[in-house]
Amino acid sequence: MAFLDISGLSKHFGPNLVVRDFDLGIEKGEFVTFLGPSGCGKTTVLRMVAGFETPSAGAIRIDGRDVTALRPSQRKIGMVFQAYALFPNLTVAENVAFGMKVAGASRADIAARVGEMLGLIRLSDLGGRYPFQLSGGQQQRGALAPALAIRPQVLLLDEPLSALDAKIRVSLRQEIRAIQRELGITTIFVTHDQEEALSISDRIVVMNGGVAEQAGAPFEIYNRPATRFVASFVGTLNLIDARVLDAAVGRVSAGGQELTLGRPLPAAAGASVALALRPEAVTLGSRPGQDVLLRGTVAAAEFLGSVVRLRTRVGDQSLSLDTFNNAAVPPPLPGETVEIGFASSDVLLLAD
Amino acid sequence: MTRVLAWAIFLFGVFYFVLPLFGMTEFSLRMRRGVYSLDAYRVVLADPQFQATFAYSTVMALLTIVIGVLIVVPTAYWVRLYLPRLRPVVEFITLLPLVIPPIVIVFGYIRLYNTSSWLPMTGSSTGTNLLLLCGYATLALPYMYRAVDTGLRTIDVRTLTEAAQSLGAGWFTIMSRVILPNVLVAVLSGAFLTFAIVIGEFVMAALLNRPAFGPYLQLMGANKAYEPAALAVIAFAITWACMGLIALVTRLQKFTPAPR
Repeated sequence: MAFLDISGLSKHFGPNLVVRDFDLGIEKGEFVTFLGPSGCGKTTVLRMVAGFETPSAGAIRIDGRDVTALRPSQRKIGMVFQAYALFPNLTVAENVAFGMKVAGASRADIAARVGEMLGLIRLSDLGGRYPFQLSGGQQQRGALAPALAIRPQVLLLDEPLSALDAKIRVSLRQEIRAIQRELGITTIFVTHDQEEALSISDRIVVMNGGVAEQAGAPFEIYNRPATRFVASFVGTLNLIDARVLDAAVGRVSAGGQELTLGRPLPAAAGASVALALRPEAVTLGSRPGQDVLLRGTVAAAEFLGSVVRLRTRVGDQSLSLDTFNNAAVPPPLPGETVEIGFASSDVLLLAD
Repeated sequence: MTRVLAWAIFLFGVFYFVLPLFGMTEFSLRMRRGVYSLDAYRVVLADPQFQATFAYSTVMALLTIVIGVLIVVPTAYWVRLYLPRLRPVVEFITLLPLVIPPIVIVFGYIRLYNTSSWLPMTGSSTGTNLLLLCGYATLALPYMYRAVDTGLRTIDVRTLTEAAQSLGAGWFTIMSRVILPNVLVAVLSGAFLTFAIVIGEFVMAALLNRPAFGPYLQLMGANKAYEPAALAVIAFAITWACMGLIALVTRLQKFTPAPR
């Protein structure tokens, strides 16, 4: 059994089923992210693990012990909230000491731990300050320390970065990950930001409508999405409607042109299928290793700096592709006819 | 033209409020013929009955504050956190003491708890003191509840509660170490208002026949000339000191960015 084991978890709010049959095992020291749009149930699962919501069904075990019926204060779980949850009436150091004081630790132990934690979050000099005297980033970094100071079995982070501005968000997420690695603490992170999820997780659980659609390493989630939802929620994706011509060899027709995927399709001839392609898998012109070439026209070119995103039309289908900026070659103009190449092995067939 | 009018209205207001005060203060200083003196104050402050009734009312006020805080803070917290739909109901209930005159409450008490009733609380002075205390707490309820509820609105009650819970805190710790300190200014402003109300209260104390400051004020006013004026000035000063303390405490709190 995994260190943190969630099995058959469900949650009703009145007639609404917000979490349905959620199963997940998290190993000790793993950093797992729940990713999904708002209302997908990710925060509800987290709050059930923390003990703030009671599951309608299912069980939560930590290190083999069933904690489902325990109160939040008995679970030894550290939690960082979206809104800065430092107690405004206590200094940063007093905030860090709060949990240990409640647990009745000795004065010397508390002082040592507080020093250690303040060092870890790089606020050693600011321990005597009140939360209102800190910047937003410092406050959120500070909120990590009380949660860690109680040496929790599991650390829960409920969108801790969403109230911060973009630059601080990136640096703080790297810091959180570094601290998590250093302490080897089992962590669940909740976010709706896919870039955040991809960049810091050992494993991502993509949630939608109260169900875990797919769980896997970021590389796997991004490159081999299991469902149409996962593919469209994580990263940008071209979705092409195609009609099967020959299922055995994977010959299909899309946008008035034929292409061969070189593998059998789970659909009969004449059926329509959805093909998915990441923009970065598509190039202008043909490259070695690519076996599909389509003809299209440029609809728009979006210059993003290091990357140029082109929107092209292939018959009645639209296809986006990313190219790197090249100082010697200006981006093509709308209306230009271009050749679009990709490898058939990069094409994903998605289940709904 | 509008400026002149504004000043005129302002000055009228000032005279309306200040002139009687001034007159009263001036009169209280004229006990000795022909010269201003503090004789009236000296007499009042030296009166053992003044000391006794004022001490009695002060103790009652402090106890009322304690009871008020114990009832109101957990209630307002609980309503805000778990029963937000009941808020209008609770607010209505806390407003009732403003609608129902104290004399109704106190007659109710006397009917319910008289010496031939099932709970003869008026039969002993301790029992009557308790009744008076309950009456005072009821009178102060609207002020205390509003002050505390406003205080709770300025903090994120739910997140602070959950953060404390996840750090292992139980209800008592959450109330005493997290919620109360964060609404302390609000609680104190409610407390000072309560103090001012209890010190000047007459109806309940008189009808329950307790030796409080209010009935003493009335007694003096009916029987003496200069002393009542001095007493009124003293009572007025106490009320204003309470108001000043509210402002001061708000300013002195060290964990809020600026005086509110």
